[in-house]
Amino acid sequence: MSDDLLEIASRIAADARPGEQLEAYVVRSRETEVEVFGGEVESLTTASTAGIGVRVIVDHRQGLAWAGSLDDDVIRETVHEARDNAQFGEPDEFYGLASPADADGVKPPQLDLWRAELADVPTEHKVALALDLERATKAADSRIRNVESASYGDALTEAALANSLGITAQTRRTMCSASAVAIADDGSGTQTGYGFEAGRTLADLDLEKIPRDAATRACRLLGAKPVPSRRVRVVLDPLVTRAVLGVLSSAFNGESMLKGRSLFMGRAGESVGAPHVQLLDDPTDPRALGASEFDGDGVPTRRNPLIVDGVLQGFLHNVYTGRRSGVGTTASATRGLGSTPGVGVRALRLEPGPKSPEEILRDAGDALYVQSVSGLHSGTNAISGDFSVGAEGLLVHDGTLGAPVREVTIASTLQRMLLDITDIGNDLTFLPGAVAGMTLCIGEMTLSGA
Amino acid sequence: MIDHDVVHATLAHALRNGGDFAEVFVEDRRSSSGRFDDGRVEELVSGRDRGAGLRVVRGDTTGFAHTADLTPEGLQRAADAAAAAAAGRGGTVTVADVSGRDEHALASTVVPPEQVEKRSKVELLARADAAARAAGNAITSVTASYADARRRILVANSDGLFATDDVVRTRIVVQCVATGDTGMQTGHEAPGRTMGFELFDEIDPEKVGETAARRALTLLDAVPAPSGRFPVVLKRGAGGVLFHEACGHGLEADHIMKDASVFKDQIGQAVASPLVTIVDDGAYGREWGTLAIDDEGHPAQRNVLIEDGMLTDYMWDVVRARKAQRAPSGNGRRESYRNLPMPRMTNTFLLEGESDPGEIIRSVDFGIYCVQLGGGQVDPATGDFVFGVTEGYLIEKGEITRPIRAAQLIGNGPETLRMVDAVGNDFDTWTGMCGKQGQSVPVSSGQPTVLVREMTVGGTAA
Repeated sequence: MSDDLLEIASRIAADARPGEQLEAYVVRSRETEVEVFGGEVESLTTASTAGIGVRVIVDHRQGLAWAGSLDDDVIRETVHEARDNAQFGEPDEFYGLASPADADGVKPPQLDLWRAELADVPTEHKVALALDLERATKAADSRIRNVESASYGDALTEAALANSLGITAQTRRTMCSASAVAIADDGSGTQTGYGFEAGRTLADLDLEKIPRDAATRACRLLGAKPVPSRRVRVVLDPLVTRAVLGVLSSAFNGESMLKGRSLFMGRAGESVGAPHVQLLDDPTDPRALGASEFDGDGVPTRRNPLIVDGVLQGFLHNVYTGRRSGVGTTASATRGLGSTPGVGVRALRLEPGPKSPEEILRDAGDALYVQSVSGLHSGTNAISGDFSVGAEGLLVHDGTLGAPVREVTIASTLQRMLLDITDIGNDLTFLPGAVAGMTLCIGEMTLSGA
Repeated sequence: MIDHDVVHATLAHALRNGGDFAEVFVEDRRSSSGRFDDGRVEELVSGRDRGAGLRVVRGDTTGFAHTADLTPEGLQRAADAAAAAAAGRGGTVTVADVSGRDEHALASTVVPPEQVEKRSKVELLARADAAARAAGNAITSVTASYADARRRILVANSDGLFATDDVVRTRIVVQCVATGDTGMQTGHEAPGRTMGFELFDEIDPEKVGETAARRALTLLDAVPAPSGRFPVVLKRGAGGVLFHEACGHGLEADHIMKDASVFKDQIGQAVASPLVTIVDDGAYGREWGTLAIDDEGHPAQRNVLIEDGMLTDYMWDVVRARKAQRAPSGNGRRESYRNLPMPRMTNTFLLEGESDPGEIIRSVDFGIYCVQLGGGQVDPATGDFVFGVTEGYLIEKGEITRPIRAAQLIGNGPETLRMVDAVGNDFDTWTGMCGKQGQSVPVSSGQPTVLVREMTVGGTAA
């Protein structure tokens, strides 16, 4: 385990001055990334990185400093800067590091997120994998003109946290992923499609599915055209569902709620979704790639239901927002090196419904199947709830996939979309990042097109 | 940053088992930021990031490694890792004498962040916050943040290039929420320049706060955006991001050389309305995307991409330029020493035309007037792009009338370029961050008021 990281963190935390709370968060990772193009390795990156974030709270004032190095002189400078920054913050009675009492009796889940064998995979093997992926994607369909990119990447990450109130936490995880982007061309125009797999180790990756997905998704869009504007039922691909839930996730953020920036403010206990909607954040589920034993304050994680039978249960909190709102932390502190803990989801997902994707399409009748969306960051707003994105996909006619569609937008509001969920697929798909997806049917959205 | 002899020895070490090209990139970045939220200073953060990226190119293969260990031994280990990745092919070159130096110091006018008291940075935020709150009772939340970064870089390569730069960027961001009968709306304003604290001789924090607040307040009265195809007028400044997406990314040489851009093989051809001239100018003023040298040590320059509608050139980094046997164009950029450089935009401008902006608006019977855009996205292979309108209005019978709620616009790059029907005489610029393959770099875009004949507006109104 990452004992040396915990040692570094504990040593720094032990140096707290009287009246001062001091926390050190230390991370280290080893990464490999291979990109291939045209049968050659385009780039091969290998790197080890380490860094530290130091938080100081004194007289209820908070300061933070970080550095991309674990050298002794840099650590000293970082602690000094954090102390200096704390002098300029304004006091807040709720500032304070996590103490063992914040765990509230919850024991850290036993998650096995580390696959030692990934560290031993020779680089040549990873290169060969990416080259095979490119070849297979090119060969998957005669209409594939080119493979824009084929790549493999992995990361072995360890982290430790210690603070002067007696909290210690450590975690480690492995992750790998492979992807390909196919460019299809049948003379009528060009379309791109994406294939992707991720897991904790190589054996988790279905390497035959990536070329198949990339080719299918590119080729079935060939000849795509805008269709006339209308109101339409939409069926979302699992990747799109993930993206939509990702936008929605900040509405459950306890910090946003406290500061008047959540569209769910004041609505706990009210119905905010269709009655069959169950939404939860469960970082204790080891299948989720965002799973973790501890949160960014060093508190053991737990399963947090957010919407039960369509009813909003509450908000996610870190130690600070939990104290300020009086409900306590839900162990939802997120943490990067360069910032104080925020609040966020780690493993957000809907509970799967009874229907397969095929059954959902069959029952949808006439609809738009959305394969991918664009402009999520520019066209959605989790505060107002406005939602408008570019979409590509296929028309669904009488329950079967038909003509391809591009250059249209689909729009609604996040509030409306949650109420309009008619079907949740049984195809729960865990994906990199903090949100899982599945096929999802939304009763009505506005399509803008030709 | 590191000794000249160490640079030479590291490059020689990287090529000792062969290779066509080696490069060392050293970066030392100090940053500070502050956030004012809920009416008080929430936090100050300082950051220090220092390290080197080593690259060895053989044939079409690039080996890359990075390290935070800047000792000669640490650099050699990274050089070994980069060389191993590119092993087994390519020729051998010897390292040219790295005596050709191109070194840039901070301009004397720049007030470096470390010479500014933290208290002064915090005061700016309090002023912006107070101005935003004073804009109206409906303003229910204000977040003001300040960020500066001083980035020192050193680039040297086996061709004999040796260049350094010392750059300071400063930015202030205000985000407001207004609450009314129809729910909450947001407003945002975020000017930044390649300048030190003297930025605030030019930019008034109160004005930034007021602008963000006014946007949020205006949207409380907004009507749903229409859906369908309509004429779109882009106000000077912010609309430039449309051209960043509509053609900028498709003109980056990596997409071209991978046969993944709609603009491949189009040099010398008409790709846009004759009113359209687009340049990428890294040397322009002190905009957010301005550089003295790029992250491969080549001087930033003004590159004409489209002239009077005719495609004239792409944007190049070292690797793609070597392959095409031409000079790089000063567009090789990377987020940090941890990343490989690639062709990126700097300050991308659609140049001024002759139309009067007022007349452009009066010429539209029914359409959309876009004042602020929230960024966008493009698939360079198909040219399909989107961008979000965060402040927009209806144009009815030649008059700007009601504000519209946030909506996405969607179009195709080559089609949109051909549908530019008027270009105004009122050029202005805009500040943003550009993301590509996981790397984010500061850019600006700019344009005068522009009329696009028709685009699809993704609203909810029937």
